[in-house]
Amino acid sequence: MIKVKNLSKTYVKNKALDNVSFSISEGEILGFLGPNGAGKSTTMNIITGYLSSDSGSVEINGKDIMEEPAAVKKMIGYLPEQPPLYNDMTVEKYLEFMFKLKKVRLPMKEHISKICEDVKISDVRNRIIKNLSKGYRQRVGLAQALLGDPKVLILDEPTVGLDPEQIIEIRRLIRDLGKDHTIILSSHLLSEVQAVCDKIIIINHGKIAAQGLTSDMTHTGSATHRLDIIVEGRRQTVHSLLSKVDGVVAVNDIGECEKGCFEFTVESSRDVRRLIFRAAAKTDLCILSMKPVAVSLEDTYLSIITGKAEEENNNVSDI
Amino acid sequence: MSAIFKREFVSYFTSPVGYAVLAAFMFFSGLFLWVYCLFPGTSNMSGVFQSMFFIVLFIIPLITMRLFAEDKKQKTDQALLTAPVSIPSIVTAKYLSALAMTGLCLSAFVIEGIALSFISHPDWSVIIGNVFGMALLGSAFAAIGIFVSSLTESVIVAAIVSFAVNVIISLIDTVASTVPVDFMKELLTALSFQTRYSHFALGLFSLSDVIYFITVTFLFLFLTDRAVERRRWA
Repeated sequence: MIKVKNLSKTYVKNKALDNVSFSISEGEILGFLGPNGAGKSTTMNIITGYLSSDSGSVEINGKDIMEEPAAVKKMIGYLPEQPPLYNDMTVEKYLEFMFKLKKVRLPMKEHISKICEDVKISDVRNRIIKNLSKGYRQRVGLAQALLGDPKVLILDEPTVGLDPEQIIEIRRLIRDLGKDHTIILSSHLLSEVQAVCDKIIIINHGKIAAQGLTSDMTHTGSATHRLDIIVEGRRQTVHSLLSKVDGVVAVNDIGECEKGCFEFTVESSRDVRRLIFRAAAKTDLCILSMKPVAVSLEDTYLSIITGKAEEENNNVSDI
Repeated sequence: MSAIFKREFVSYFTSPVGYAVLAAFMFFSGLFLWVYCLFPGTSNMSGVFQSMFFIVLFIIPLITMRLFAEDKKQKTDQALLTAPVSIPSIVTAKYLSALAMTGLCLSAFVIEGIALSFISHPDWSVIIGNVFGMALLGSAFAAIGIFVSSLTESVIVAAIVSFAVNVIISLIDTVASTVPVDFMKELLTALSFQTRYSHFALGLFSLSDVIYFITVTFLFLFLTDRAVERRRWA
């Protein structure tokens, strides 16, 4: 559906994108993750034809954005980082304007009404955009992207400025849309990408640091097991006991969590929960809690962004 | 394209700018009508048109200042440039909205002509010829203003720079007298908006003046198209 090949873009002297390539199939939701200035918005701006790349190509449904810009733009609904709203218009007039601008051939009134209901802005349709709160502005921006029911949706941080309840609603809406749309969304919220996207690309310093399926990314590094344990007893005693258990690689002190009880994280090469239980029972130490910690996307993300696990990166990019 | 034209034209009247521009234009044309026609008791409006030159020069930048600068500042250019509309049609739509606003201002003269016809017999061919000439002048100023607006994010800067460019290009003939080379002297005089426009005000209709203003309009609209396109590559 979307094929991005070797995109590079330089702003004055700053290399914003360096040889970025990826592809998405129809009906997939792709999440773009990365710190500020990583190149997420630049990539999206190039795909939508707002900016031109220095080199490389973008193809949507077999059509190149440089060669057939009008045809490609018709297939895309775009919500930029800052929603492109005309402050002096009412929501209704603005959506009518965007409807005509995008040359949509659907019954206008009904189509706009339906979208307003989907993104829950029906109650502010006659208000002037200038006077709307950030959450409403964001949703009007989303409504504008949905006009004409485009096959591809590109959403740059779609849930910014919304309150938690609205965030859940919008995520649900995006997942619903994902059933018959191809979606690229960017976010700095890991949980959001994890909750919504099928595929993830982590981008840093204009380069793709890792890409893969959300499920794969989440379980990366499952070779190491991690436990969070709270034990009652002297800190030293517990620490040495845990270290001696067969298979344990590292024991980290977290600190005293309640009087006389200490919390540790234990990393091991295999599942050591039973061994720890027996060892503690033998020495009459009381385990108050023990829970396995899944290696989360956050760990993968942080290790890639901070560049700590250089080797691990390469493994991940191979997926 | 018609959607952009309509939005831009309507937006003159959702802010005070449109009303202020119209009011200023009507006020000055009325004032000059009093000074040159009603007070001396003549129906010859040439003096009015001659004096309105500088009012047009200052008012057109107020009409055009917003057109691209505001879009860039509010990031609404992202909506325009990612829509299935070409850059030339965006530029044309914005230019036409400025021209329509100028036309609305020029309607003042028609009203004044009608007012004069109650008490005298104004020469309609002079009025129509002059309104046409002023529309051409306005068109060229509008194209310059749109071009300047496409270069900046600040509406105020767009207005001030457009004023400056308009003044320079209008008064370039005054520099001509200081240039020793004859060829340059003639060229500068020929380029001056004031020289060209004064022909209309005197009731002289010359095709070369018409072509000159149309050429300047196209030139600056083309430059605007290039400036907007260039920003995509920045």
